[in-house]
Amino acid sequence: MRHLLAIEGLSPATIGELLNLAESYALLNRSGKTQRDVLRGRTLINLFFEDSTRTRTSFELAGKRLGADVINMSVSTSSVKKGETLLDTASTLNAMQCDLLVVRHDQSGAPNLLAQKVEAAVINAGDGTHEHPTQALLDALTIRRHRGKLEGLVIAICGDIGHSRVARSNIHLLLAMGSTVRVVGPPTLMPAAIEELGVTVFHDMAAGLAGADVVMMLRLQKERMTRNLIPSSREYFRFFGLDAAKLAVAKPNALVMHPGPMNRGVEIDSAVADDPAHSVIREQVEMGVAVRMAVLDRLSRPAVAPVKGARR
Amino acid sequence: MDGMGAVGLRDTLIAGARVIDPASGFDGVADVLVRGGLIADIGPGLGAPEDAEVVRAEDAVLCPGLVDMRAELGEPGREYRETIKSVARGAAAGGITTLAALPDSLPAIDDPALVRLLRARGEETGSLTILPYGAVTRGCAGEQLAELGLLREAGAVGFTDGGRAIGPARLMRLALSYARGFGGIVVQHPEDRSLAEGGAATEGELATRLGLPGIPAAAEAIQVGRDIALARLTGGRLHFAHVSTAAALDLIRRAKDEGLRVTCDTAPPYFDLNEIAIGEFRTYAKLSPPLRAEADRRAVVAALADGTIDAVASDHQPRDADDKRLPFAEASPGGAGLVTLLPITLAQMHGGAISLPRAIALMTAGPADVLGVAQGRLAKGGVADLCLFHPDRAWQIEAGRMPGKAQNTPFDGRAVEGRVMGTWKAGRRVFG
Repeated sequence: MRHLLAIEGLSPATIGELLNLAESYALLNRSGKTQRDVLRGRTLINLFFEDSTRTRTSFELAGKRLGADVINMSVSTSSVKKGETLLDTASTLNAMQCDLLVVRHDQSGAPNLLAQKVEAAVINAGDGTHEHPTQALLDALTIRRHRGKLEGLVIAICGDIGHSRVARSNIHLLLAMGSTVRVVGPPTLMPAAIEELGVTVFHDMAAGLAGADVVMMLRLQKERMTRNLIPSSREYFRFFGLDAAKLAVAKPNALVMHPGPMNRGVEIDSAVADDPAHSVIREQVEMGVAVRMAVLDRLSRPAVAPVKGARR
Repeated sequence: MDGMGAVGLRDTLIAGARVIDPASGFDGVADVLVRGGLIADIGPGLGAPEDAEVVRAEDAVLCPGLVDMRAELGEPGREYRETIKSVARGAAAGGITTLAALPDSLPAIDDPALVRLLRARGEETGSLTILPYGAVTRGCAGEQLAELGLLREAGAVGFTDGGRAIGPARLMRLALSYARGFGGIVVQHPEDRSLAEGGAATEGELATRLGLPGIPAAAEAIQVGRDIALARLTGGRLHFAHVSTAAALDLIRRAKDEGLRVTCDTAPPYFDLNEIAIGEFRTYAKLSPPLRAEADRRAVVAALADGTIDAVASDHQPRDADDKRLPFAEASPGGAGLVTLLPITLAQMHGGAISLPRAIALMTAGPADVLGVAQGRLAKGGVADLCLFHPDRAWQIEAGRMPGKAQNTPFDGRAVEGRVMGTWKAGRRVFG
């Protein structure tokens, strides 16, 4: 694995290895120890074209815990002349001899473009409405720690599926690992032909959440209202916001997840978000650091030399 | 006729080619004698006059110089993409001797002086007749009607706002209605703007996987359906450019059956590629309209064969690397098409979907008839605009090695059969 640009295309074996490695880092983090030799002497650059305090911080912490030199670069897309940004940035980064490049961009496919030009290993930290692979890995790790497996679980991903890179990465990962995935939301926020990915579509929370092991809520951007995709946030909350009544049809011990930051009272009711019997939202953040440590560790290893005599 | 009559040129005899002229229905092995820029004679076993240059063309096909009814020049205003000079180079290499130029340049071709300028610049190339479209609206901005009468008088071949759809129904009605008085077709980019806005790919599974904003394929049929109703209302002469969906083609087929004055063209990407070409965010395959699903591609092939589609245009849209090396949604849509027009269209002949004369008709008499121009035919006494090609000779399309400036081909790496051996403009050999 040279880059981590997307979950789509990763084998279940690779995903499983990453989760196992992340699990070990989760235990290490809880023990209060560090392994600062893993990335010693390596340079990790957090290149964020879109604001995101929590994802950036999570990668920063992951890099530092493994001993990397971490540099944060925030690039305001509006201030840079369109078009020159990415490729110019790529050549700058090459000159700096960066080893690991974490990229967040508001355009789908931007990390793929960078990966063609930079020498560093590129980690997609969220690109447009395409993918957010480390989020899906941390979600999977969180679920696995509570249920011991992913296979056979029923997972309902709810809300603005259309604009969600988190949803796409989770769909690919969970399906690869043998979960059953439902997507729930209003038709205007449902991407075309999403069922072709292997999920079942619901437009009704009661039906979509019935018997679910995990309920993943997605953030609703205010912009969706101005673009008429939904009429108002109160109507949205009435039909698609997760509250105790809607959650009641899921399994009694169902997990409630949210990638954050939450819009309380829009897609999720505070009573549910803060209910320790269901909510694992805080633990997702913790697992985020462990998963990112695992990804950085894995991508910084030299490529395995082809086995002698093996077919190339 | 375009001031390119070449006095003092040596006579040329193109001997032994299979001569195909779809306009007259001629298809047979013959010699063609070119004298003084004109076709002096066509027939088997013509002797070569003394001093004549003889081009042996057995195994090759000789047809009228291709008429490309839709191409962007880059000039004026975007010379970094393409200039008239480089367009002429690419066109000659592609067998194209007449080209209708889109008006959404900088400035837009919305003034009679600009129409005259482009015609003159075409003549200066010595190899390419440029037929400029006039803008339907000033600045191609979609608001105020341009001076269609004056543009037509100056030599505008038709009217269009180029890659921008004429949006409001009232405006389209007025354009169709008003243009009637002056002749000249109204060419629509068939895409409902409110549905297409912000979109980068055809809505569907692939766009969903890539996380790209989608344009529903129905955006095309919606525009086509409305405009056909307006053509019926006004009796106007309407043409749809680069049609790419089954639903739109069905509507056009019915409009033609009804006897409405409606025609359409398509471009090679829409019958040769489908949306899979944009996988892995390949911006060179980002086009407008976007590449479609396979079922739509097949419908375009069927419409080439059954006559619903009147012409194949290059839809040449030059872009440079900076326009394309961007995240997909930000990259500029459009593909270079001059050199690939002939071979990709011939691929449909090689695949058995259309005959060779039909393939040639789609690039000669077809577009010439739509535009109402004299080019695109071989006639004794007519201007010697000729294209000589070898229908089976294989080559590989390679971005970076194409004649002309624009290298943004969506067909990079594609092996094709069909190679231009020679292009003549008004009797003068301009390629080969």
